[in-house]
Amino acid sequence: MKYLSEYRNPEVVVQYLDKIAKIATQKWTIMEVCGGQTHSLVKNGLLNLLPENVQMVHGPGCPVCVTPLHLIDKAVYLAEEKGVILCSFGDMLRVPGSKKSLLEAKASGADVRILYSPLEAVKLAKENPQKEIVFFAVGFETTAPANALSVIHAQREGLKNYSILTSHVLVPPAIEAVMNDDATAIQGFLAAGHVCTIMGIDDYYPISKKYHIPMIVTGFEPVDLVQGIYMTIRQLEEGKAEVENQYGRVVKPEGNPEARKVIETVFKICDREWRGIGVIPNSGYELRPEFADFDANIKFDVKIDKVEESKECIAGLVLKGIKKPYECSQFGKKCTPTSPLGAPMVSSEGACAAYYHFSQIANN
Amino acid sequence: MQLQCPMPKVDFEMITLGHGSGGLLTNKLLASGVFDLLKNDLLDERHDGAFINLQGKTAFSTDSFVISPIFFPNSNIGELAVNGTVNDLAMCGAIPRYLSLSFILEEGLSMQEFWEVLVSIKFACEKAGVCVVTGDTKVVEKGKGDKIFINTSGIGTVHPQANISLKNVNAEDSLVISGNVATHGIAIMSVREGLQFDTDIQSDTQALNSAVLTLIEKFGNDVHLLKDPTRGGVAAVLNEIARDTHLGIDLFQKNIPIDEQVEGACEILGLDPLYVANEGIFLSIVNSEIAEDYVQLLRTLPEGKNAQIIGKIVDAHPKQVILQSSIGGKRVVNMPVGEQLPRIC
Repeated sequence: MKYLSEYRNPEVVVQYLDKIAKIATQKWTIMEVCGGQTHSLVKNGLLNLLPENVQMVHGPGCPVCVTPLHLIDKAVYLAEEKGVILCSFGDMLRVPGSKKSLLEAKASGADVRILYSPLEAVKLAKENPQKEIVFFAVGFETTAPANALSVIHAQREGLKNYSILTSHVLVPPAIEAVMNDDATAIQGFLAAGHVCTIMGIDDYYPISKKYHIPMIVTGFEPVDLVQGIYMTIRQLEEGKAEVENQYGRVVKPEGNPEARKVIETVFKICDREWRGIGVIPNSGYELRPEFADFDANIKFDVKIDKVEESKECIAGLVLKGIKKPYECSQFGKKCTPTSPLGAPMVSSEGACAAYYHFSQIANN
Repeated sequence: MQLQCPMPKVDFEMITLGHGSGGLLTNKLLASGVFDLLKNDLLDERHDGAFINLQGKTAFSTDSFVISPIFFPNSNIGELAVNGTVNDLAMCGAIPRYLSLSFILEEGLSMQEFWEVLVSIKFACEKAGVCVVTGDTKVVEKGKGDKIFINTSGIGTVHPQANISLKNVNAEDSLVISGNVATHGIAIMSVREGLQFDTDIQSDTQALNSAVLTLIEKFGNDVHLLKDPTRGGVAAVLNEIARDTHLGIDLFQKNIPIDEQVEGACEILGLDPLYVANEGIFLSIVNSEIAEDYVQLLRTLPEGKNAQIIGKIVDAHPKQVILQSSIGGKRVVNMPVGEQLPRIC
């Protein structure tokens, strides 16, 4: 497969692993920010191939994992009580709210649908003028353009029955939140390639400088990951702290200006609550006032009580990379993918589920 | 194929509740051509059940089919319902003989669609060499079903040389797959509402009994276990085997055959092909001494062109399936939790 097979070449992976082993003279701790990278690291068994002194820590880049509990409750409420057709990306469905997940709401009769694109939801709104269609707009900067575009389309079509329930989160403020935690041990970052495809890499220069930390924009295939790790360690060994782009075949320094324009037209930056972490200033998107008609939060003004997270769940520490999933007392015991205590055990991108599904450690 | 069996002239265009009442309308539906289409001596007796004579060890299996949509690239629920039970019997080392066929129809189903499904059933039966000898039709109110649900049960005669059992699985046995993984599941997904994408991936549903028979006649009790990895995919079946035998399974990712388009679709949808449903392939656990010959023979058969040895049974890591990734890493392949849900990004 063009552009994939080259980046899955075992010989090249081994070459980079050798190079990493040769240059890493001490213990280094690197965080891969994006859940997709976590998924690939464990799926390909890469963690077991890295030298022992190179520690990978899984970051908060799983949008499903950081969507606040009360927002899931709200989605469930809208689907069950307001009779809306609640549309969502697939892996959001299994995440437990305080009482039930969207999948359970669906089983009890609510109209919950899995879509690949919010534009499908707009189509649904057009086809069902008598029904309210709500799209659960979660995700990082990667899903924001399509979600924004859906609002533009709905406005252009004059649709009154389409709205989005927004829980967009942004990567750079999350990286800062990780670094601002005194307990952090992170010495370098693999920045999320897909996010940079949209947003470009400019945001990372000030962060790299402020915290004196190497940041390598990295892709998702095995060769991407080992190359990104190699580049990070090379900088660390040389005492450098720069932004580099490993994913140059996809990421342009300026990102995708068209997509950014769409985002800026529809969304503005806001403070956002991250599940397990708390409110991070300027870390999310919300709809601009001129698109208020498409804001499910305004359209359906329901008060959802905030519920305490399970005290046994250390999701916040896992998401910030302070603890490994298997260091949790409930990992694989009370907390499994069938009965998750926290969201990172649900999404296949979540650090806990990734470990549970793919790592040897989970079962030994 | 449908052209050979034109729909009979009937004075109704859709199925109504009355067609499941057991009365005149039911008789009208059956007399419209259902019996003729599936005609055989045993069915023609039109009794409450079929009288059959079987000799020797007999295998018996049942399966229900609720697939949505009922028509999908290259096939439909009817063919699937026949092949599904035929293959379950084949996995027992049996030669499938007789099927029962039960429909639960949703009120409002068009007669045209029902007829197309029936015709597919007829041809699938002919291809697999089985007869429908008894059946049932019920109709449920609109909204209480999803067009058509089908249950088939089947009886087959176990081949005298077959000795298929979990008990026969030993460490060092080889794991063979007969063809590409994930094809059927991705073909279905490509036509699901809300997930449609342009592709020419077609379901690979097919009867596997003829291929299995050829293999058993040649390799007899060196064939230790046969399984068709349908729901839950290869991962679920292998986990069941590992759990029940208390043995470990090593999987070699680089040997697992997959169509390039299917692989691409899995990438885009964020699905792991090992967990995607299959219909037209089977897994064999065989004595490692004959594994190469087994694969060679399988590859000469139309059902097994892409056959590969994809793993081996081991004493190490009991009850665990461990994949050796193409790049040399290792990971545990766990039992799937529920249905695979597409990832956000």
